[in-house]
Amino acid sequence: MTTNKQDIGSILQKQKAKWLKIAMGFDAKLPWRRLEKLGILGMNKRNGDFIAKYNSRSKYPLVDDKVQTKRLAEQAGLAVPKLYGIVKIEKDIPPLVKQLEDYGDFVIKPAHGSGGEGILVITGTSQHGFRKSSGQILSQDGLVHHISNILSGMYSLGGLPDVALVEQRVRFDPVFADISYQGVPDIRTIVLKGVPVMSMLRLPTHESDGKANLHQGAIGVGIDLKTGKTLGGVMHEQFITQHPDTGFSITDVQIPNWDLILDLTAQCYDLVGLGYIGVDIILDQHHGPLMLEMNARPGLSIQIANQCGLLTRLNQIEAMTELPKDVAQRIALAKTLQGETSNSLNG
Amino acid sequence: MKDLHVKFLALALLLFAFSLMFYKANTLGLPLFPSEEVEVWSVEARVAFQPKEGPVKIRFALPNQPEGFVIADENYVSGKYGLAFETADDNKIAEWAVRRASGEQVLYYQLHLARDDNQISSLKPNITSQHGQDVYFPDVPGYSEATATIVEALLSEVRQKSADIKTFTRELLLRFNADEPDENVQVLLSNIKTDKARVDMLRAVLAGARIPSRIAHVLLLRDGLRHGKLEPWLQVHDGEQWLSFDPGNGISKLPENALIWKVGEQPLLEMRGGKQAELDFSISRHTQEPIYLAEQRARKLDSHAMEFSLYSLPIETQNVYRILLMVPLGAFLIVLLRNIIGIKSFGTFMPILIALAFRETELIWGIVLFSLIVALGLAIRFYLEYLQLLLVPRLAAVLIIVIILMTMMTIFSHKLGFSHGLSIALFPMVILAMTIERMSLIWEEKGPSEAITQGVGSLFVAAIGFLVMSNDLLNHMIFVFPELLLVILALTLLLGRYTGYRLTELWRFRETLR
Repeated sequence: MTTNKQDIGSILQKQKAKWLKIAMGFDAKLPWRRLEKLGILGMNKRNGDFIAKYNSRSKYPLVDDKVQTKRLAEQAGLAVPKLYGIVKIEKDIPPLVKQLEDYGDFVIKPAHGSGGEGILVITGTSQHGFRKSSGQILSQDGLVHHISNILSGMYSLGGLPDVALVEQRVRFDPVFADISYQGVPDIRTIVLKGVPVMSMLRLPTHESDGKANLHQGAIGVGIDLKTGKTLGGVMHEQFITQHPDTGFSITDVQIPNWDLILDLTAQCYDLVGLGYIGVDIILDQHHGPLMLEMNARPGLSIQIANQCGLLTRLNQIEAMTELPKDVAQRIALAKTLQGETSNSLNG
Repeated sequence: MKDLHVKFLALALLLFAFSLMFYKANTLGLPLFPSEEVEVWSVEARVAFQPKEGPVKIRFALPNQPEGFVIADENYVSGKYGLAFETADDNKIAEWAVRRASGEQVLYYQLHLARDDNQISSLKPNITSQHGQDVYFPDVPGYSEATATIVEALLSEVRQKSADIKTFTRELLLRFNADEPDENVQVLLSNIKTDKARVDMLRAVLAGARIPSRIAHVLLLRDGLRHGKLEPWLQVHDGEQWLSFDPGNGISKLPENALIWKVGEQPLLEMRGGKQAELDFSISRHTQEPIYLAEQRARKLDSHAMEFSLYSLPIETQNVYRILLMVPLGAFLIVLLRNIIGIKSFGTFMPILIALAFRETELIWGIVLFSLIVALGLAIRFYLEYLQLLLVPRLAAVLIIVIILMTMMTIFSHKLGFSHGLSIALFPMVILAMTIERMSLIWEEKGPSEAITQGVGSLFVAAIGFLVMSNDLLNHMIFVFPELLLVILALTLLLGRYTGYRLTELWRFRETLR
């Protein structure tokens, strides 16, 4: 009798273990469990657990207003594109446009623009007007209208009246000539408490109209933080290995001055004191890495470009009670961060 | 830490809201569902008489918290008569008085009753038990010698065949109502003409067995009844409660529609200074929203919960709040769709305003008209872009064009005989103008596909919002139990700390799962 009972008991236990295993297997197959395991950061978690926690509201204007960002960076001696002028009222537009004809090439952007909207890149002038990066000609009236739109708040959050910046156009490093189509490629890095966490190279395409924004059709290419070499790319949330316009391979490209880029990126944290930011760096042919802008609400697509979840890396930094003050040490720490990539999980 | 705080706050809100709701639904009997209409009986008693010279005084016995019913409303239509009340036995007595009157006089008493299945009566001061203490055992009456023998014989016969007061009474009534009553009963009934006299005789016989009894006047409620009369019933006390018996057949159960108007010997109508008094009853049945009955109950229970009810507001204001109270539900829906599902729409609460406009236009027409205006507005907006206008004048131009479009559509649809086109004026036009502006910007900057995705997303959210906000059950629940807003608040707070994935993110990050 007792042996029989024990038998039944052990059989039941085995059954239970079996069912538990099946249930766990099923649970692990659920898409959100798999995303969790990859450490993918979702929009709600980013907003609730990172932006709300590390970015204090009072410091938002430092990054939302590109004029303030530029002034801060210039004071701290960080490399940024040179500021040609600021337009605050309609009356200032015509004299500025005259002055701009002398510069030849320049960039106009709204101080409070978001997502690259309202940025106009002029590569040269002709007798008909200004040549855009796409090669199209923009008349003087067109330029005035664009600046006027910026001032009236068309591109700013909430439609508030804005200010227009005119700055030096970056001549990007020839290393990217083969893998970008018009426009300027930039390097977006997520920085948590001064430690670079993940980077990607953003390549403009024909579709994105020379803009380096992923939702407009630019390519995001993951970067190995340790070496500065590119990994695979993603366009419209689909994997690619070649640039669709030029046909050149976008993988395994060594980004020059990588350590300098990381250094500039990490310093931006000390500049504004926001704990969770995205820093955009561009590589100028002559001036090297320049800090273009910062974003207090950086997007999540960087995870797709890197095939790697942010959360695993962010948690590693959050787990540390004390972070090094020194920038070089922070970069060294960044290079040790481990992330779950889908390749390591699935392969 | 913050999570815990939010959870405690939400829990406190939920507890408070649900306990208030439970109290209102359970104790005050507020209806949980909108379909529950309550049957209400309206009884009108009409007293007509010819006055004599001099002052007139009329005492009319009225029901006082009748068993199985709740009095929803009472009216006295008595013109120049002074009105006073007193309570006697189990009845309320209305006393009308006037110094001088001439011509035929008519007085009305209107009573609105609802069946009280909640047994609220147990909470009220219970008449039966109060007066139960007063029940006394009658002395054996002094029958005449002949009658005494008959009664004795009858009683001993009945006593043998019964076990308690209830069966005793029934046995007695069986004998009285037999097709061929025995000799004893025949003798007793020989001089009985009216039903009341019959009940009196029964009482006299019961008194022989020292059983407490009384006469009850019952009104049988039937819809459309005119010239109704009260029927005398027999009530006996079994030591705990009064039992009612139909003297005509011995059935001891009061029918559902029987209203005990008056109990006891107290005359129904007493008149001084008048003659030829006529009294009759007319009855009608209708249904009513139970909320009004609940208010009555609350008043009887001295509860303050209903004083803060939205039903105490003027009807017009009520109607405004009927719509307003649904907006939080719409906002909650937006939270769900944005943070849990991840649907993109123009503006945060714009779809809710559109949904409110759909209330007037109905869903399909609302969607058609909305799409039409936005499409036309968008076309014109692209033309304005070509003119290179400044932002605010351009926005104003779009707004003006939207209103022109709305006017034209209304006139056209009126000419064509579509009544739906008329309700278009209820669309929030500023919202429409902003939608057109936002949509055209997104169209230019992010491409038509993104603009159309967000446009369709907005319409989808608005449609769902409309379906939720026009739901009868939800409308009723929120209006009757406004404390449910605290539940919505609690859920919104909880969702405010939701850090899981959005449904659309499972699709967005699909490449990483491959």
